[in-house]
This record gives sequence, C-alpha cells and structure tokens, in this order.
Amino acid sequence: MEPHDQPTRRRGLTAIDGALALITILLVVQMWLLTATLESYLAGHHEVVLPGAIVSGVLFLICAGLYLFIRRVDAEARGSSRNENGQKPEQ
Amino acid sequence: MKLFRPAGKQPLWKDEFSINRADEQYVSRRQFTKFLVLTSLGMFAGNVWILARSWFSKGTLVYPEKNICRATDVPVGGVWLFRYPTEKDACILIRTDEESFVAYSQKCTHLSCAVYYARERNRLECPCHEGYFSIKDGSVLQGPPPRPLPRVVLERREDQIVAVGMTVLQET
Repeated sequence: MEPHDQPTRRRGLTAIDGALALITILLVVQMWLLTATLESYLAGHHEVVLPGAIVSGVLFLICAGLYLFIRRVDAEARGSSRNENGQKPEQ
Repeated sequence: MKLFRPAGKQPLWKDEFSINRADEQYVSRRQFTKFLVLTSLGMFAGNVWILARSWFSKGTLVYPEKNICRATDVPVGGVWLFRYPTEKDACILIRTDEESFVAYSQKCTHLSCAVYYARERNRLECPCHEGYFSIKDGSVLQGPPPRPLPRVVLERREDQIVAVGMTVLQET
C-alpha cells in the first residue's frame, strides 16, 4: 500500500465512523419510539400507533440509506487503493 | 517506523499472515453497521406489529349475556372476580350495599395491572403506580391512569346477576 493512499482511507474511515454514530443515535430514538408506542397502545391510545409506525419506518429508511452510504465509501476507498497499487488490498 | 510499505517490500511473515489491518477495520465497521440496520428493521417490524394488532382488534367486540353469580354469593362490601366479555378480560364485581352491585374491568387503564377493591377507602386501587378509581363510576381519582375503568353493565334477574355489556365513562 502506498503512503499517499493513507489519507483516502482515513477519510473513508472517518465518514464511516460518522455514519455509524448517526445510525446508533437513530437506533436509540427508534427503541424509545417502540417503547412509547407500546405503552400508549396498552393504555388504549390507539391513535398514536400509526404515526409511531410511520416515524419508525422513516428512521429505518434513514439507517438503510446510511448503510448504503457506508458501502459506497468503502467501495470507493478500496477502489482508489486498488488503482494506485495495481492490486487488491486484501491480497 | 514505516507503517505502509509497497507490496513488494513487505516482510516475509506478512505473506503468511495476509491480514490488512485497515481493511479489517473497514469490514468490521461495515458488518457492525449491517447489524445495527437489521436491529432498526426489527424495531420497525415491532411498530408494524403493534399497528396490525391495533387495526385487527377494532370492531370485533361483542357483548354476550353472561351469568356472573347469585346475589347471595357476595356479601355487602365483598367482591366477586369473573371474566367478561372474553376469558381474557378479568373483571371485578363489588356489592356496595344490599341492593347495589357494580362491576368494572380489572385492568388498570395505565399499564394493565390488576386493580383491587380497597374496602376501607371505598375505591378501586392499582398497586403498581397508585392509580385510584371511583367505585361509583370508575373515574380516575388519582394517579397516572389516563382513562376511567370500563364498566360492566349488570342486570339483576331475581337472584341472578347478569352481565349484558360494557360502557366507558366519557372524559370531559
């Protein structure tokens, strides 16, 4: 691996770490939302169930989008190192 | 110390242990992210499950007539536990005086704990979060319950106490 390849990888790892942190925060919000929705449902407040499911779905889509972003960053970082080295970094 | 060398100048032992630390970091983060996203999907599935239960449980309640007990079975100030309208719905009947009977769902409207009759204070009490309900109409006297207790409509047919329906006191 070439030395000038390192910043690209570091940037990639930073982006992945940021997305990972964001996914973690969204997941905590989603856990709270599920708990709150269940408590409200058991208490007979059926009107909160649909908004809860919609918001939970939106949070899941954001998480899935961030995962696709991570995959893309990962692929780009690997692709750049492969071009500069002329071989796969795994080998 | 030079961490990154060209492929041709790597030490010989790296041929045997061909693990690239940076690549491993990428892979472990990606796998962990995939795990988190699957967990997120699980949370969403949970919300959808609650939604489905909420939708399919609407409009299916029927209230059959059901013999609860004989009036002589319950002394004044005594209680009789029964299930109505289905076997999953616990209810409590209280004889308030010689001629009066009241019955309510036994599930607290806060978090579904079982309420009991506190005779010395003449009210229904939930032991979980100290929610108190009036014995007269099931309204909330104190505590976190958001709604009154559903009341079982009773009829007295000679000596028999019969449940014929349920009502909920409307909040103002």
